[in-house]
Amino acid sequence: MTGAPALTGTHREIQALAREFAEGEIAPHAGDWNRDHHVPVDLVRRMGALGLLGITVPEAYGGAGLDYTALCVVMEEIARADAGVSVAVAVQNGLAQQPILHHGSEAQKAEWLPLLAAGELLGAYALTEPDAGSDAAALRTRAEAEGDGGWRISGAKMWITNGGFADVFVVFARTGAGSRGISAFVTRTGPGLVVGKDIPKLGLHTSSTVELTFDGMRVGPEAMLGAPGEGLRVALATLDGGRITIAAQACGIARAALELAVEYAGQRTAFGGPIARFQGVQFPIADVAARLDAARLLTLHAAALRDAGRPHTVEGAKAKLVASRVAVDAADMCVQVLGGYGYSAEFPAERLYRDAKITEIYEGTSEIQRVVIARGLLGDAARG
Amino acid sequence: MKIAVCVKEVPDTTAEKRIDPSTFRLDRTSGDKMLNEFDKYAIEEAIRLKEAGAADEVVLVSMGPAKAVDSLRTGLAMGADRLVLVSDDALAGSDYAGTARVLAKAAESAGADLVLFGSEATDARGGVMAAAVGEVLGRVWITSANSLAVDGGSITVERQTDDGVDTVQAPLPAVVSVTKAINEPRYPSLKGIMGAKKKPQEVKSAADVGADAAQAGEAGAKTKVVGIETPPARATGTKIKDAGDGAQKILDFLIERKLI
Repeated sequence: MTGAPALTGTHREIQALAREFAEGEIAPHAGDWNRDHHVPVDLVRRMGALGLLGITVPEAYGGAGLDYTALCVVMEEIARADAGVSVAVAVQNGLAQQPILHHGSEAQKAEWLPLLAAGELLGAYALTEPDAGSDAAALRTRAEAEGDGGWRISGAKMWITNGGFADVFVVFARTGAGSRGISAFVTRTGPGLVVGKDIPKLGLHTSSTVELTFDGMRVGPEAMLGAPGEGLRVALATLDGGRITIAAQACGIARAALELAVEYAGQRTAFGGPIARFQGVQFPIADVAARLDAARLLTLHAAALRDAGRPHTVEGAKAKLVASRVAVDAADMCVQVLGGYGYSAEFPAERLYRDAKITEIYEGTSEIQRVVIARGLLGDAARG
Repeated sequence: MKIAVCVKEVPDTTAEKRIDPSTFRLDRTSGDKMLNEFDKYAIEEAIRLKEAGAADEVVLVSMGPAKAVDSLRTGLAMGADRLVLVSDDALAGSDYAGTARVLAKAAESAGADLVLFGSEATDARGGVMAAAVGEVLGRVWITSANSLAVDGGSITVERQTDDGVDTVQAPLPAVVSVTKAINEPRYPSLKGIMGAKKKPQEVKSAADVGADAAQAGEAGAKTKVVGIETPPARATGTKIKDAGDGAQKILDFLIERKLI
């Protein structure tokens, strides 16, 4: 995000901190961690002490009291070093905290936010189910009312990021029928919640992704987040912000790929000189550089709208749609420029190639982003 | 006890540096700037002494353009209490001795009992400022500290030498430069970054700190840069073909250059 005009002095200082931390503590280990499928939970917790896990949480609740733009700046720097670590940061700052921050009661904010911001508790977001992904309203996990006002949660959740180590879960479960029959809850892990093994994935090997089974897990009346039946609204509002952080993550992956390709092209010689002198190498690099800057500006624009309290659903969708595709194309370009070395596990290009793809899938697939954008333009006519 | 840490804004170490061909000075107008990396070790050590109760204030002291405040604020974000930056057009072109006179006055006027330095700055790489400031102040000065302990009115320093480690005790006030081995500097936290904006950041003239501008700057410089040249390209290495005596030849090469 070097030189992006939307950034203030404070954002640049935070960027410098995130970059220094990412280059010093994450990048040197990213290759080994990914190869070994090591999820660096201690490192994630350490980021709490630096304030990187409570960026948008108000100072009154122990956070840094900054904005979504700051979160995006941090996301890009961390993702540039390792995409898997960055998604833990995105989930903690975004999916776990935003529902509490925007929909929680005063008591819930006071209970959860300081611990989440400090990294003493790590959070996860349990919305997706084996048969309810893009169609979140189809979720089947049930929360049955108990006589004392508490709830008993039963059902299965899928692809839960941070799930393997999370202490706190924001859970969406059915308390009635239809899209207005879903409610949100926030609870610590406990009896009745079975955390599955990490699901083997194409990439993002430093990130924990698990299946959860709620086997009649009992939560108290104080666990409900927002009003009964408001869960889907909470979920969708949270994803509005989540998309922007994933767009920033995609920018970080794309930047890592671009920088690697540029460095390699200047050093690798063929036919009597550096391969950088061939247009076949120059043009793909130029295309990615231009598209990355465009993606970043879209991302910062969406973040700025959110920070100003203005609608940002469509802008966030545009940012994620564009940035995720740039990440995939940038990683592809990087592998191609590096040739055989790009395909080798000795270089990070193949990792970027595997990691980039997820940005087109999670927190709203690219198809869903297009639906959001199209509905914004076409209104009811798009709904058929 | 008060600690002054002498710090410097330097060009981004990863960026290409440019020497102005008309003044022979480093071009400080363009490119990204940052707090000198070596200074972070001195700042960290000062903050640790404060956290341990051995010091009650950590003051960053610097000389440079007024805009340097932006880079030096990193030290405040790490935990130093305030910044005094001596910025004065009359000081441009100071040599080591002139700079030392100004920093010495600034540290003295800040009431520092202990003055800390990093081992060198990444731009000039002189590594002489701790000694020079010590001489100007007429204080004990100790360089290359690998550890530093304060006990009442005295300090104990372990200093790295070519032959081993010397343990040195000295009375306060003193001037000490620290190595990169002394600690692992902390990252500033987001709270630190936000809090740093509210900490005192004074930009003062030479006269404000009691320094005589005539003794510094280009006018007061006793040295003059008369020319600058790019060093000749390095000759290609020597290839040793092993005919049974390869190891001995490499050994002789290293011994001849006192590398082993």
